[in-house]
Amino acid sequence: MSPKIEISLNGSTVEADASATVLEVALEHDLFVPHLCHHPDLEPAGVCRLCLVEVDGRMVTACNTPVTAGAKIRTDTPTVQQTRLGAVELLLVNHHGGTIDCEEGEACDLNRIARFVGADEARLGRYRPPDRTLPVDGSNPFFTFDPGLCVLCGICVRTCDEIVGVAAIDFVKRGFDTTIGSAPGKQWIDSDCVSCGECVERCPTGSLSFTGFETPEYEVTTTCTYCGCGCGIHLGVSGDRIVSARGQRENPSNEGRLCVKGRFGFTFVNSPERLTTPLIRRNGALEEATWDEALDLVAARFSAARGDAFAAIASAKLTNEENYLIQKFSRAVMGTNNVDHCARLCHSPSVAGLVQSFGSGAMTSSSKDLGDARCIFAIGTNTTAAHPIIGLQIMRSIRAGGRLIVANPREIELARHADLFIQHRAGSDVALLMGMMRVIVEEGLHDPEFIESRCENFEAFQESLAEYDDATVEEKTGVPFAKIAEAARMYAENSPAAILYAMGITQHTHGTDNVLATSNLAMLTGNVGVPSGGVNPLRGQSNVQGACDMGALPNVYPGYQKVELPEVRAKFEQAWGADLDDAPGLTHLEILRGVTAGPIRAIYLVGENPALSEADATHAREAMEKVDFLVVQDIFLTESAEYADVVLPAASFAEKDGTFTNTERRVQRVRKVIPPVGESRSDAWITCEIARRMGASGFEFESAEAVMEEIASLTPSYGGITHDRIDQVGLQWPCPDPSHPGTRYLHAETFPRPGGRGRFVPLEYRPPDEEPDAEYPLVLTTERSLYHYHTATMTRRVPGLETLRSEELVEIHPRDAVELQIASGDRVRVTSRRGEVEAHALVTEASPPGTISMTFHFHESPTNVLTNAAWDPVAKIPETKVCAVRVERA
Amino acid sequence: MGFPHDHDLEIGTILSRHFGDPKARELDTWLTYGGYEGLKQAVEMDPGEITTIVKDSGLRGRGGAGFPTGLKWSFMPQEKSGPHYLCCNADESEPGAFKDREILRWVPHLLIEGCLIAARAIRAEHAYIYVRGEYFPFTSILNDAVVEAYEAGYIGRDILGSGWDCDLTVHIGAGAYIAGEETGLMSSLTGGRAEPKIKPPFPAQSGVFGKPTTVNNVETLAAVPMILINGADWYRQWGTEKSPGTKLWCCSGHLVRPGNYELELGVPLKDVIYDVCGGAPDGKKIKAVIPGGSSTAMLTADELDVPSTYEGLQEAGSSLGTASPIVLNEDTNIVRAMRRIADFYAHESCGQCVQCREGTSWVAKILKRIEDGDGRLSDLDTLYDLCEQLTGRTICVLADSVVFPLRSSLDKFRDEYEALIGGRA
Repeated sequence: MSPKIEISLNGSTVEADASATVLEVALEHDLFVPHLCHHPDLEPAGVCRLCLVEVDGRMVTACNTPVTAGAKIRTDTPTVQQTRLGAVELLLVNHHGGTIDCEEGEACDLNRIARFVGADEARLGRYRPPDRTLPVDGSNPFFTFDPGLCVLCGICVRTCDEIVGVAAIDFVKRGFDTTIGSAPGKQWIDSDCVSCGECVERCPTGSLSFTGFETPEYEVTTTCTYCGCGCGIHLGVSGDRIVSARGQRENPSNEGRLCVKGRFGFTFVNSPERLTTPLIRRNGALEEATWDEALDLVAARFSAARGDAFAAIASAKLTNEENYLIQKFSRAVMGTNNVDHCARLCHSPSVAGLVQSFGSGAMTSSSKDLGDARCIFAIGTNTTAAHPIIGLQIMRSIRAGGRLIVANPREIELARHADLFIQHRAGSDVALLMGMMRVIVEEGLHDPEFIESRCENFEAFQESLAEYDDATVEEKTGVPFAKIAEAARMYAENSPAAILYAMGITQHTHGTDNVLATSNLAMLTGNVGVPSGGVNPLRGQSNVQGACDMGALPNVYPGYQKVELPEVRAKFEQAWGADLDDAPGLTHLEILRGVTAGPIRAIYLVGENPALSEADATHAREAMEKVDFLVVQDIFLTESAEYADVVLPAASFAEKDGTFTNTERRVQRVRKVIPPVGESRSDAWITCEIARRMGASGFEFESAEAVMEEIASLTPSYGGITHDRIDQVGLQWPCPDPSHPGTRYLHAETFPRPGGRGRFVPLEYRPPDEEPDAEYPLVLTTERSLYHYHTATMTRRVPGLETLRSEELVEIHPRDAVELQIASGDRVRVTSRRGEVEAHALVTEASPPGTISMTFHFHESPTNVLTNAAWDPVAKIPETKVCAVRVERA
Repeated sequence: MGFPHDHDLEIGTILSRHFGDPKARELDTWLTYGGYEGLKQAVEMDPGEITTIVKDSGLRGRGGAGFPTGLKWSFMPQEKSGPHYLCCNADESEPGAFKDREILRWVPHLLIEGCLIAARAIRAEHAYIYVRGEYFPFTSILNDAVVEAYEAGYIGRDILGSGWDCDLTVHIGAGAYIAGEETGLMSSLTGGRAEPKIKPPFPAQSGVFGKPTTVNNVETLAAVPMILINGADWYRQWGTEKSPGTKLWCCSGHLVRPGNYELELGVPLKDVIYDVCGGAPDGKKIKAVIPGGSSTAMLTADELDVPSTYEGLQEAGSSLGTASPIVLNEDTNIVRAMRRIADFYAHESCGQCVQCREGTSWVAKILKRIEDGDGRLSDLDTLYDLCEQLTGRTICVLADSVVFPLRSSLDKFRDEYEALIGGRA
């Protein structure tokens, strides 16, 4: 809180915050000062000149003038009024069709201001304005730009620059011809625009307006279903349809901001392709059935597969409550720990690695605090594409002068914002990070006090650094060592420094080692246990953190309580009234392999699509084809559902109650916005109904809230979570009791390990499982598009997103393209030891020479047919990020 | 060009002595003329001492505003917490002004030396010279000189063995008048559009790359080496108490000897027009003079007996500006001349501020319709109203720039406007 001062406002003495501007003070005292270019989220620009007021007799713009003690502010002098009127008239003549009231009505700030200043339409005639019709730019699928309504306040330009960090648009041309765009003669869609709609949200006149949205009857606050950023959203409802979306400003995770998917990506909910009735395979074809038929069949078949013949694959798209129920069903009813979910394929090394070094496998910092970091080290994360709202925190940090180091085999968008961009060879992260740490120790940039007082095993670790000499590191990474040393210094000398990572770190046969390397680095420099620092795995799915927390993992119960510990097992046996298996179950890949070479006969596949998402997807398809009984529970007939014996239509995130836990450990409400589409039912209802039909007890819940009560009673880190407490904004775990305020950042005092110390782990460099050779000379790495999500089951059913990106592209460096005689747009065939895929080529320097990249969003070009299922020995995650391929023209 | 027309009023001591001498561009020759002697002194001096000498000399900014140079330097932080920058504003774009061009083309080393001394005074490690894109041929002369100066150790690491480092970069603009406004210049220099920015923050707090920055005009910086060598009192032998020194004059329009002259400040304006430049050719009378470049108020022929100082021209209701008088003879259509000036400013408005973007364009349009015989008497009221709207209400003074000549032309030549309107209400 800044001190209070006294000022004179139109003759009366008022108290004001010493750090406030004249405009803020006036508005706070209900004294309207007209303004068009001011926005509280943005730095003042002072270009609309409507907020000119007199301060101590001098005309100044109120929006950027700080109040000073004793200042005499007048907003009502004849000069002030005449200035406003003159400016408003000039705006109306050229930018408003020459009228006082435009069709935007109350939505247009200029309408309100024109009335406020008493503008008179008759006075506009003296300018003798000619007719002026400017073409509307409707090139973006989600919004339009009407220059005729634009007052050139620049809020859109500054939003795109200051908040989004893209700067796709600017003022174009000058003087009277000034307009908004990317370049003269170019349309909006031709720009770098990421279609987030943040500019549209802030446009004061309706010049920028949403095309697909309707005015809702009411809004429901819930949590976005896409990535792990976990943004609060208000979904607008008309009838039983979602018709609009906007960000929840009071939610700390996103502070009202949204990305293209989180704002425009919800039309899939009302897609006509939604599954609306159960399906049963009869005579080889899936046929419509009643719930009773389907559930009875499932109950009967599951009853015959109790024990290790059964496996459940839960989902990071389901709520915490539903994941809890599925793992409880598997363990208590089916009698097996064979339950896993897609975190195995994304962040299992984070859990395995961070638990080893810190004792807890989650993001240590809060998303919002990342914006205050003095240095951000983003390694193996294409943050602006995969976690756009956390990407905005990176932009905020660098805008405030923070350093940014980006390490990525691909020249991702973030690279152009980086102080230092390291394009290391895919899979060489351990060498890179250990090389950095050797420099830090050699140059005395480490934090001996932190290491001494908070950590263990430093000596052994320090010895292991010796083998990472300049030449070795350079050879493994392909990066000049001087640059790596510079990164080491930049990271060590700018505290707090936060490490951000995602799949680029984890999806390797040495993914756990990679994670351990990041935690070693953070501990070495004392960057753990501080806000805006730490190690921050960015979780990919809306509830992947929660699905792990809920024990949808084969080795732990909710709250990472190990199944093999007798006292833990006893607790759950008592709570659930069942005998529980003491051996960890099978992991994701092991379950599918267990069909062909193991005991698996029945699979309960909920909200997952291994046909596209599993490494070596052909094998996954074969397993699903072969398994005796496959139940697929989803909202669409996915590629995997094609193999099902029974398909159960699930309600989407917008049709049920529950909670998601986002990447920063924030447990947030998911709310029923509309009724379930057709006969679809919530996953919780379906699982409980199967259990009930199998004669099990303990599945009679009145509501999701009741399930959370049971979770809280058994999960220490969720002990204080109730739906009531997280009604408006969530709480971050650990939150052990009902009075606990939640935990903004982890490990402040101690680490949750035996002895309370963080553990350094010595590391040995291991190459990827598959390296290029004569037959398969290129490396394939996988990536994400901003416009699609995972296997695109949802996003490809959003027409605008499909417009922005509609197909797989094989990104290849010009050097390789020349050698292979490939041009952008050519059809190419990519072949690995496991299969082949066709797609169009995109020649780009974003891919380094020798490496191509593809997403896995498009079923027409199923990239994971190519990828390598060799796995990390600890976390059993497949090496989706590196495999050897051959490319040729198709 | 000044050099063919020697006149006893001309000084030719500080800035223009070597105009017209191509050898002066070469470092070897330049050194025989006493080049870089000021820098040799400066590297031995404390930054504060340099600033004091310039402050005492009374040197005022030659870009048009006349702000005291030493005072501007003293606004820079005395303790460094990061880089400081110097920007030399060589974006000379004011219609009528062509003085900086002569410095760039004839005595580039003088400017480089001035930049380095100023950089030392403000504790800058990097000086930028921002040259307007249209000066491309002169930029290559400047670039050659910069290369020579680097090679000779006047720029770069350990300048003249003093241990002081300073780099210098020449940056070429892309052709926007508004890049000559100091915040617009800095925005353009760092990759943005040339858009003036609201103050605070002032450049001395947050300028180029958000660091403390001083922006000085070419002519200002070129005067610095001689001031440092000869002292403040020496400089004050010319001019007046408030306007000491000499000034380059760029005289254009209807003149017998238009050109570039270095004159003592305070010479009566009429002497500049009639004695130095020979008055209007062909025995014509002079109708009006726009004394300080196109953005200053017009003076009639009867108003020229004023001392050519900052304060003198201000008293006469105009401004010394860049000392670039544009002379209009008796045959000139004032409305057309004014419309031409308004067109320029309307075209060069960056488009941010409402009054400037919209208002300058309306001024030009209304003047055009009067010129074309489609004017009304009420248009004159609208023009006066626009003069109010455009004065002191925008981020920079581009809008004000059109008001000075416009209002003075309406006040002093109303009969010409009315004649074209012909009584239509």
